[in-house]
Formats: sequence, structure tokens, C-alpha cells
Amino acid sequence: MIPELGHFALILALLLALVQSTLPLIGAQTGNARFLAVARPAARAQFLFVCLAYACLVTAFLQNDFSVRNVAMNSFSQLPAVYRFTASWGSHEGSMLLWTLILAFWTMAVSVLSRRLPEDMAARVIGIMGLVSVGFLAFLIFTSNPFDRLLPAPMDGRDLNPLLQDPGMVLHPPMLYMGYVGFSGAFAFAIAALLSGKLDAAWARWSRPWTVVAWTFLTMGIALGSWWAYIELGWGGWWFWDPTENASFMPWLAGTALIHSLAVTEKRGAFKSWTVLLAITAFSLSLRGPFLVRSGVLSSVHAFATDPARGAFILGFLVVVIGGSLLLYALRAPTMLGSARFSAFSRESLLLVNNVVLVSALGSVLLGTLYPLFLDALGMGKISVGAPYFNAVFVPLMVPVLFLMAVGPLTRWKGASLPDMAVRLRLAFAVAVVAAVAVPLAAGEFKPWVSLGVGLAVWIVFGVALGFADRLKHGGTLFALPRGFWGMQLAHLSMAIGIVGIALVSGYESERNVKMAVGDTAQLAGYTFTFKGAEAYEGPNFHAARGHLVVTSKGGSEFVLRPEKRLYNAGGMPMTEAGINYGVLRDIYVAMGEEIEPQVWTIRLFYKPFIDWLWFAAGLMALGGALAASDRRYRIALKDKGAA
Amino acid sequence: MNKRLIPLIAFLLLAAFFAKGLFLNPREVPSPFIGKPAPAFRLPEVGNPVKTFGPEEMRGQVWMLNVWAPWCVSCRQEHGVLMQLQAQGVKLVGLNWKDKDREAAALLARLGSPYLSTVEDLDGRVGIDYGVTGTPETFVIDKSGIIRFKQTGPITEEVWKEKLEPMLKELAR
Repeated sequence: MIPELGHFALILALLLALVQSTLPLIGAQTGNARFLAVARPAARAQFLFVCLAYACLVTAFLQNDFSVRNVAMNSFSQLPAVYRFTASWGSHEGSMLLWTLILAFWTMAVSVLSRRLPEDMAARVIGIMGLVSVGFLAFLIFTSNPFDRLLPAPMDGRDLNPLLQDPGMVLHPPMLYMGYVGFSGAFAFAIAALLSGKLDAAWARWSRPWTVVAWTFLTMGIALGSWWAYIELGWGGWWFWDPTENASFMPWLAGTALIHSLAVTEKRGAFKSWTVLLAITAFSLSLRGPFLVRSGVLSSVHAFATDPARGAFILGFLVVVIGGSLLLYALRAPTMLGSARFSAFSRESLLLVNNVVLVSALGSVLLGTLYPLFLDALGMGKISVGAPYFNAVFVPLMVPVLFLMAVGPLTRWKGASLPDMAVRLRLAFAVAVVAAVAVPLAAGEFKPWVSLGVGLAVWIVFGVALGFADRLKHGGTLFALPRGFWGMQLAHLSMAIGIVGIALVSGYESERNVKMAVGDTAQLAGYTFTFKGAEAYEGPNFHAARGHLVVTSKGGSEFVLRPEKRLYNAGGMPMTEAGINYGVLRDIYVAMGEEIEPQVWTIRLFYKPFIDWLWFAAGLMALGGALAASDRRYRIALKDKGAA
Repeated sequence: MNKRLIPLIAFLLLAAFFAKGLFLNPREVPSPFIGKPAPAFRLPEVGNPVKTFGPEEMRGQVWMLNVWAPWCVSCRQEHGVLMQLQAQGVKLVGLNWKDKDREAAALLARLGSPYLSTVEDLDGRVGIDYGVTGTPETFVIDKSGIIRFKQTGPITEEVWKEKLEPMLKELAR
């Protein structure tokens, strides 16, 4: 009964989305106020029904209703309740429903927070988001119904993929989807502006907070995914350049470029059509994510459901949404030439370089991700593109971006003096060079990439400090500075912290693969690992061997690590849970391999210097995004508009 | 040409590739050995090194060469299915690949052997001849000793029902 209710709610939501996507857009073109007024109630009702559908799905999971195919395939009676809840988005169908729910949520948020927008603009934005909703609801109902019954019902489910049974996985997909789908806001604003022909500073100002919020969620989603891979996969890696990781990283790069380009459009009225194109690109890449993952076009560890019918549907949908918006762009964009002038050395020109390089980096990731598909489609053989390509191409492209990151915020709009800037930054440059030489030498081995990374990080930190000094030159207090400024500086600072983490962990990590019997010791990076044995224990839906290792540092301090090797009852899939001792300067990471003889195990030992700086940087970056999005300016700007 | 059309054209090109990609399977790496005679070898049997085996002994029969190793977890998963196949009369030969610790004989004694014969490829040379990239891999070899199919990864019930069983029936005719 409950699953049928959910199915029915989805159908009603589709009908509402159809209303939401047609009447307001027609109303905005023809000036029909009654049609315009439909936008908000339709969006809210659609959200309500998608919520109801999702609640029905969650109920089916919590009640172990194995007569629902989706539940039977992705849940298990012994699964702890929290994972039964998260299993609701662990499957293809469930994750698409979550996507639809978040889209409806964002539309609802726009409908509530757009009261100060001109009526036709708000109606267009809601209408366009409604069009996207129609696509996803139809996709769910016609190809991926999460409420399909499986009769006769099996006695028990097949269990949730054990890889997904981890706290990191609880939040990773919703965060990521909040980010992906959040770009629908920026996209809808851009399309609405193209339709109305009003691509002005007000449009850029409305778009900015939505873009920054989406980007913030995407940042957290990507970081959680990376952290999850680190803990769960047992190889100590944190980024694999896997096609699905790239699918989340590409919209992030586009979103980062968009945030910077929007700033220029709002402040200076320049880069307008470029900004529109980036908004379309960011959302297109977000939409492409599920296509690449779900359709089986690319092989990936994440591709857990592949079906050509679904792929064909999404592809058709992509062609309509992206092709349609790019066509609109081609037709409308040329009429909106920017009038702002700026000199060769100005904040505009530096942001232009930022955009060009970020988009090139995006292109390099896109090329690497799709190259195997291109070759295969042209019948030129099967290959895979791995980390060596991405590291060789992507990393050097980031160097100019990071270098200019310190300079850009200190540079004035329109035009600045290059010699003045050189004088201001000479101390920063000197310290960065010294640090670039000293840190790798102090670490014991000089590595060029570590040196470059450390130098750039110090350089950026100085840039941030000088930025604050500039703002406080004429008095005022640190906390009276606008949140937008704080947000930008924190995000830039977090890049410095992240680079230190990446450079040092890549340069100085070490690992050993050892065979250990009870009482055996092994040495790594000055730490002594003593294997005390492994004990069997029963989890709620798995049995496991839990190792017991005592680690002694050079200084004599001691701690215990308890890595696990789990075998899940349903499916019998083995999983590792790494034992990790976190630290500011290093992680000690241990993963169980195989039991070769009774109580003799192969064990992987890792020394990971500065890796936690990465997660800290991601958190700080997200905090920066949250601050920037909540800047008073956006709220006041909205109110002014309403008063006018 | 209007340069603002470039993004649209680029996207449509990409979409065309995606459309083509829908009908390709990136996981299926075709083995260059398919359609070629199974490379010859003569290796000692596991647990009974006096006896040796070579693929020519199977001439006239449809059989499968299953590359496995005692240290391989997915081979352990596959083992149950292989036992069922053996019970149905499927002719399986095991190639025990790089078993440095010599655990195979004990393991088969404990779990039961699905093989007519299991041979020992200690240094992995025969594995190289067959282009083995990992375990488990299974080669379907026809009556005249030609490799007809290669399964990469464990044989699950689905793989057996959908791919291997129809193929073996066809080849046995």
C-alpha cells in the first residue's frame, strides 16, 4: 500500500512539474499575471509530493518491505537502521529519487527566497527548474521506478553494498547532490536572463549566493567522498581520478570559474556571455554526472547500475536541456556585449586568466575521462586513462592559478600598477622562496613538486594576510569586515592549507606490505608496529577479524590500532576497515590483508604525513563558501529591489 | 560562422559519442587469443607432480581452462559455482597460477576439486602465453583446441546461465 502511495505521489509530482514548467514560462513571455502566479504554488506542491514519495521509500526500507524490488536488492534484515535509511539512496532508483527531491527542494527554496525578485524573473527561474524536474520525474516513473514490486517477495534482501556501509557514505551522496542540483539555480537564472534579455548586474547578484551555496555543498560532497575512499578502500589513497570522481570534480571546477566570473559581471558588467556559458556548463556537467555513472558508458568502480534504456533516456534529456540552452545562448548571447573596459593588469584581467586556466584544467579532465570512450567509439581500441595523465596535465595547469590567487584580490578593478604590486609582494616572494627550499630540505629529501607546493602555499598565505591588512588600513575591526570578503579569504587560505597537505603527503608518504605473525614487529618511518594478533567478532550483519597492533613512536609514545577485515553475511563480500591514528602532522594507517596461516596476516602499513590538512582545508573552504553566500549584501540587495 | 554556435556544436559532437558509447561495453576487453589455438603446455599436476597434463589431451572435447590461485578471494567465491558445474558434467581444467606457497593441494582436499585435472603454473609462464592479467579467468576451448571465449572475473550463476552454458551447448553440437 505504502509503495503504491509513493508511486502515485510521484505521478502527481510529475503533473505538477508539467504545470510549473509551462504556465509560468508562457505567462512571462505574454505578460499574463495569472499564469505567472502559478509558479510558486506549483513548485511548493511539487516539493510536497516528492517529499511524500521519498518518505514512502524510506518507510519501505525501514520496515524491510522486501516485496519492493529496490528494497530487496539493496537492504537486508540484519542491516542496522541507519544504513537501512541510507540504503534508500544506495541504489540507482533511490539516488535518482533523492536527486529529484533535492531539485524540488532547491526550487521550493527559490520560490520562498525570491519574493524580492521581479515577478517575471522569479516565474521564469521556477519554470526552468520545473522543466528539469519534469525530465527527472519522467525518468524515474518510466525507466527507474523505485517502487516496483517483486512478487513473490523474497525472504530477505541482498544487502546494501558493503562499500556503502560507512558513516562517510551517509552524507556523501546527499551533499554531492545538493551541489550538483544546486547549480540548477545558477543555470535557471542564466536561462531566465537569456529569455528576458536582461543580463545585468542584478541578475549576477541574484545568481551569486545560489552558485556559492551549490559550490559549498559540492566541495563538502567531494571531500567526504575522498575521505570515505581513504578509510574504506584500504589503500591509503584519497583521490584516484576515477571517472565518477572526475564527474564530481568537473562541475566543481566549472563552478569555481563561475563564482569568479560572476563577481566580474556583478561588479564591472564584463564577461556577461562568458558567465552565462559557464553557468550552463556547470549545470551541464552536473547533469552529465549521473549519465556517465548510470549509463555504463564509462567503466568505474561506482557504476553499480547499468542499463542502456536508462542511458538512452538520460542522453535524450541531456540533448534537450543542454542542447536547448546552448541554442538559446547562440541565439541570444550576441546581443549582450559587455561595455566595461579594463587594462592589461587589473583585477578583471587576472580573473580572466583564472577563468581561462580553470576551464583549460576542466577541459583536460574532461578529455582524460572521455578519451577511452572516444577511441572505443571510433573503433581504435580499448584503453584506460589513469592518474599519470591527470597528474601530468592537471597539476602544472593549477600552478598559474595558485600563483595569481595571491595577487588577484590585492589588485584594483579597471587597472593597477604592476611595479607597485611587485614592491608590495617582494617580501612574500622572498619568504615563499626560502620556505620552498627550507621545508623540503628539513623533511630530509628535496623534491621539486613539494618545494613548489610549499612555496605557493606560503605565497598565498601572504596574499591573504595583505588582503586583510588592506581592508583594515583605515581602521575598523576584523569582524566588521563583510562576510563575502571573509569567505573569499578563507577559501583562498584553505587552498594554501590543502596544497601543503597534497604536496607533503605525495612527496613523503611511505608504505610497507608485511607478513606478520603474533609478536612480530615491523618498522616504518620511525614507528615500530607490533602485531598482537587478530580476534574474530560478530557485527550486526557481518563477521570480522579485528587486528590488534601496538605502535610505538621514536619518542616512546604508544597507541593501539584496530584494523578490521569484514565479511558481510549477505553476498560474502570482503571489506577492509583501516585502523587509523590521526594526527596534525601525520596519519598512521594500517589495513589488514589476508590471513595466510592461522594468526599470520599480510598487513599494509602506511605513513601519511599532513594528509589531514586536506580534509581540514575542505572544511575551511566550505565554511568560506557558507560565509560568502550569507553576506548581508545579497539580502539588502534583494530588499532594495523589492522596495523599488 | 557564428562563433557562439561553437559550444552547441561541441556539445552535439559529444552527445553523438555518448550515443555510440551506450552500445559499447568498456569492461569487455576482447582477448587477442580468441579464435586462435590454445597455446600448448605441459605442466605437472597439483599434488601429484609425476603426472603431467597438456591441452592436446582434451582434443575432441569442449572444455574450460580456469585460471585460479589459492590466494585469490574471487576464486574462492567462484568455487561453489564450479563445483555445481562439475556435477553437471562440465569439463574443467584448473591452472593454478603463481601459487608460491603451494597451498592448492591442501585447499582442494579441504573444499573439494571441481577439476578433471589441476596443473601447476608456478612461475606464471603459461599464464603469460594465455595473456592472463589476473585471477580468475576462464577460457572456453572447443573440440579442435581453439579458444572461443574468455571470461574475466568469477563465473557467477548469471554468467553461467547467460553466456557460458549456451556457448558450451552450441560448441558441443
